Amino acid sequence: MKSLLRIFWLGTKELRAVLGDPVMSGLILFVFTVMVYSQAAEIPENLNNASIVIVDEDNSPLSREISDAFYPPFFQRPDHLGIDEIDIAMDRGEYLFALVIPPRFEADLRKGLKPEIQLNIDATAVLQAGLGDGYIQSILADEISRHIAREDVQTDLPITLVLRRAFNENGTQVWFSAMTGLLDFLSMVTILLTGAALIREREHGTIEHLLVMPLTAFEIAAAKIWANGLVIIGAFTLSLNFVVKGFLNVPIAGSEALLIAGTGLYLFAAAAIGILLGTMARTMAQFALMVLMIVLPMMMLSGGMSPIESQPAIVQPVSWLLPSRHYMAFAQAVAFRGAGISTVWPELLTIFGLGAVFLTGSLARFRNTISS
Amino acid sequence: MHPPKPPVISLRGVSQRYKSVVALDDISLDIPAGIMAGLIGPDGVGKSTLLDLISGARAVQTGEVMVLDGNMASTRHRGRAGPRIAYMPQGLGKNLYHTLSVRENLTFFAQLFGLTPKEREARIARLTQATGLDPFLSRPAGKLSGGMKQKLGLCCSLLHDPDLLILDEPTTGVDPLSRRQFWQLIAGIRADRPAMSVLVSTAYMDEAQGFDWLVAMDAGRVLDTGTAQELMAKTGTDDLEAAFVQLLPEEKRANARELVIPPLEDSGDTPAITARHLTRRFGDFTAVKDVSFEIRRGEIFGFLGSNGCGKTTTMKMLTGLLPMSEGEAYLFGHPVDASDIEMRKRVGFMSQAFSLYGELTVEQNLTLHARLFRLDPAASRDRIASLADRFGLSPHMDSPSGDLPLGLRQRLSLAVAVLHEPEILILDEPTSGVDPVARDDFWELLVELSRGEGVTIFISTHFMNEALRCDRISLMHAGEVLVADTPDGLVEKRGAETLEEAFIGYIEDAIGDRRDTDVIPTQDRQPESAPKRKRHRGFSMARLLAYSMREAMEVVRDPIRLAFAFVGSALLLVVLSYGVSMDVEDLTMAALDLDQTPASRDYVANLSGSRYFEEQPPLQSVEELEKALQKGEVTVAIEIPNGFGRDLRQGQSPEISAWVDGANTMRAGTIEGYVNAAHVEQVQKVIRDEGYDPEAFETYAVESRYRYNPTFESINAMGPAIPAILLMMFPAILMAVSVAREKEIGTITNFYVTPTTKIEFLVGKQLPYVVIGLVNFFLLLFLITTLLGVTFKGSLLTMTLAALVYVVVSTSYGLLISTLTNSQVAAVFTAALLSMMPTVQFSGMVQPISTLTEGGQMIGNLWPASYFVRISVGTITKGLGLEELSADVFWMMVFVPVFLGLALMRLRKQER
Repeated sequence: MKSLLRIFWLGTKELRAVLGDPVMSGLILFVFTVMVYSQAAEIPENLNNASIVIVDEDNSPLSREISDAFYPPFFQRPDHLGIDEIDIAMDRGEYLFALVIPPRFEADLRKGLKPEIQLNIDATAVLQAGLGDGYIQSILADEISRHIAREDVQTDLPITLVLRRAFNENGTQVWFSAMTGLLDFLSMVTILLTGAALIREREHGTIEHLLVMPLTAFEIAAAKIWANGLVIIGAFTLSLNFVVKGFLNVPIAGSEALLIAGTGLYLFAAAAIGILLGTMARTMAQFALMVLMIVLPMMMLSGGMSPIESQPAIVQPVSWLLPSRHYMAFAQAVAFRGAGISTVWPELLTIFGLGAVFLTGSLARFRNTISS
Repeated sequence: MHPPKPPVISLRGVSQRYKSVVALDDISLDIPAGIMAGLIGPDGVGKSTLLDLISGARAVQTGEVMVLDGNMASTRHRGRAGPRIAYMPQGLGKNLYHTLSVRENLTFFAQLFGLTPKEREARIARLTQATGLDPFLSRPAGKLSGGMKQKLGLCCSLLHDPDLLILDEPTTGVDPLSRRQFWQLIAGIRADRPAMSVLVSTAYMDEAQGFDWLVAMDAGRVLDTGTAQELMAKTGTDDLEAAFVQLLPEEKRANARELVIPPLEDSGDTPAITARHLTRRFGDFTAVKDVSFEIRRGEIFGFLGSNGCGKTTTMKMLTGLLPMSEGEAYLFGHPVDASDIEMRKRVGFMSQAFSLYGELTVEQNLTLHARLFRLDPAASRDRIASLADRFGLSPHMDSPSGDLPLGLRQRLSLAVAVLHEPEILILDEPTSGVDPVARDDFWELLVELSRGEGVTIFISTHFMNEALRCDRISLMHAGEVLVADTPDGLVEKRGAETLEEAFIGYIEDAIGDRRDTDVIPTQDRQPESAPKRKRHRGFSMARLLAYSMREAMEVVRDPIRLAFAFVGSALLLVVLSYGVSMDVEDLTMAALDLDQTPASRDYVANLSGSRYFEEQPPLQSVEELEKALQKGEVTVAIEIPNGFGRDLRQGQSPEISAWVDGANTMRAGTIEGYVNAAHVEQVQKVIRDEGYDPEAFETYAVESRYRYNPTFESINAMGPAIPAILLMMFPAILMAVSVAREKEIGTITNFYVTPTTKIEFLVGKQLPYVVIGLVNFFLLLFLITTLLGVTFKGSLLTMTLAALVYVVVSTSYGLLISTLTNSQVAAVFTAALLSMMPTVQFSGMVQPISTLTEGGQMIGNLWPASYFVRISVGTITKGLGLEELSADVFWMMVFVPVFLGLALMRLRKQER
């Protein structure tokens, strides 16, 4: 009980320090508003404004109709080049797609000679290439069949496939980018803030001062975790409500209370990592470099940007140790799929367990830190 | 008295302010040439600011500063006069490079002043011999003792034969022997070069007594000037310290009365502190060696010795902050135990630096500590009020403690240390930098605690008059206690006149080296051939390379930075290339087969046979299907309705539903494509089974050619693009930190006060990082082609040329960022964010530039990474050469003068 009180009082000092530091509070505000927003709003849909060039050697009504069928937002209005010009243009990365319509295409088509259209795709743009291929093929199919309108083609296939998207029916990209951005920045700011709070105490000599007082290392660490966590969860809640739900119109499928509670648990784990790094770095500059090397992999391997199952088999056990991976799974389940506590409790338990391990590790290092 | 000489320094109406604080307030002053002039006064009265202005390290705000017959506001005059001035800033070894050896430091400074190698070697030999540094030429400057650091600093200043030598508190924190040697050294040099003017600031009045002429300062103003005798005569006092106090305005010397210390009564209890054979090692360095002492209850025990001699380490071991390597220590007969919370309540500790929370007010600091010590709230309120009253803190209760003057902050620290009524007080240099009046106040409090309340006080100090007030003192040197006794006993035992003399004797014995450091060997005494004044102005390649050499040595000796440069980028390459993988494989798929006919099983088998899908146990109900999707256990769920087989036979075109997890929208689109493709395949199979040729239905064909990356693996696209971000981020961060570090540590002063031009400084520091960047590039390229298995198709020469230009660009960008930030942390984060964001979003790494909005394309074209991505992807995957890519290389080059030019414009040659 008395210990809790001391943790509380010590934490009030941390709160004052964070809120009183214009640089730190400015950083938090900037990250949770501007950066979350720009991450979501500036990374466009998967296939957006794709550049396409058409080599029209046929110059028939059909080939002109095909050319007219490409328009924004998926495609830019197509440019026209000669057959000998497209190699250079594609080498220079000016176009993602080059469609070559051969001479006498429409005529051959009517004669049933099965003419061939060539589609060149810049496959170095992996994300757009595959999708664009599919889009272009279906545009071609539509245009050609409408133009020819041959009665003897049987359009009914023996099996019909109905594809539906669960949880984000329209596939709005912003939903996903907004949530991933919010979670990634959450990790970064938490680790940065708690670790820096510890290093600052060390650089100012105040940590020695705390260690000669009747306080345990656990109390010192716990005070930092709750105070910094409170600031960040406040920023998170505001960002979730005003930026994500407000400006970006992202619906939260599950319980927001559950999402925030789970975030609190994750903050504990992330802050523990921050403190662990804080005990390892000797100077603020070293700490900053370490944070970069820890946080970037945490963001990349959390399963946000590319899913866990796409990671190579050797990386998967390593990324299991990252609390961010379990948190990402939890948050996506709650926010998009409307999962409840009965579904996500294993993730929450894992996050807590990992946090406890990191905290224990940093407490063991705490006193060593001061002596070096 | 000396004959009147024309002033070497002349100030007219000089004022300087930092935000709301006035550092100098309308100062007008003439300092005569060819003498040793002293600036006296406590810390924070503007001495350092004044010296900064005179040396040209800081820009003049108002007024006129004339030095060596010219105005220091004029850049031309600073360029001319700079090489004739030597400036040693405050702080032990502040302008030295701590990882560099003594010789390397000296060589660097010699190169800055354009000495020939022959001149350089001769001067280094002579100066290090005179200062006794010659045996330590290969020792890193950071490992020298405080006194030796100052001597090295002096050597660095004297290498180029200055006409004006400016020393800012050169002996603060230095032991008495080193201090004496230091002044003897200066005297010797002045004997050699009588025309040289010396200007020194000091807080030690006894030193100042030996100077030719003094300026007494307080609160940004000049109190008086004159010789020590003149000042004493004017105030009717017989020592300089008293004279200074008399010069202060009335209200500041209120407490100037004699301090009487009642004798200590021996209680005969167990000693308060017992140390036996304490030893502490850091690696192979022994900081404290076999230290033993006993301190009685209520005793004031003083600890003397230079900085770095082990005083602080000993104190920290007693408080449990540092574990001891050997030996034992007892407090009140209990062994020191770091986990003994109860014992901590009986001890108060005040560390060297102000260690309270500057952002909290005085009252908040006191209240917080009362709560942490579990004091009863009501009682603590009274205790805080009475302490505030007694320590004179009551008028400042609501001011943030960080804004208080040093003397008040020290009082607050002491108030906090005694708040919980400890029985032992351990005070580590509590009066460093505190003016004489405030020091007397402080000691009055200590005496009251000791004699009035029986508190044992263990205090370390540099001041002899404080040592005299202790019951007993011990002298430490190089980790060992040389002697411990009462002050009078020590003087007597040594047969010395004063305590200081006694100490010097003991230290000399301990060193065992009585080499005369006061005289420069005679063969060097003949007046030097009039030093040739080289043209220092304009660009010098030698100085530029001197900076490069020095930076390279520093980087090589900092394993953390090196590791970050190489291991860090290699690690991130692997993580990024896997983490940003766009490949969709091994998708979890499950089927809810309500039909269970051969036809339905065939459909599922076809899907699960694809390399993209990995089948999970079949689902049993719609609820289960929903649950599995919700949990994220399956990404694709197929529902085959009852009657599927029958409908298919009857040609009724039955409907199959597929659900794709849409949470990750980026993937969902790709997955849909796969599901569709698998479906089409199955449909064709069904048609074939019915005896038709599916191709007969096709009226045309589309041949899709996946160029440059026929296997369509994202690694082939990401691999070549990733160096663009790593070679932008890492060189920029390292570069920005390196400049910010000089600002933070203070070595940037060497740039301010030497003839170094901006371009020499920037480009000189840049070169080593360009090399690091290039090595990094080869490392990344090696990993990409081996570990990641990407084939290199184009021209390696073009790629290398482009990488060279690119790292020059990114280091220039780092330099630009460093001119915008002052701290290392700010530099790291600004550099990281401002290099990462535009590169990821606008350089075509993820989103091709041609697909960006018009504004986005413009940003992309104005960012060097876009060109590098094009060259990197062009050479590695597209197999292009210089012919196709020369325009991109050219445009990238354009960024070099732009970034460097902006950095040059922003970089200041003087502090503001």
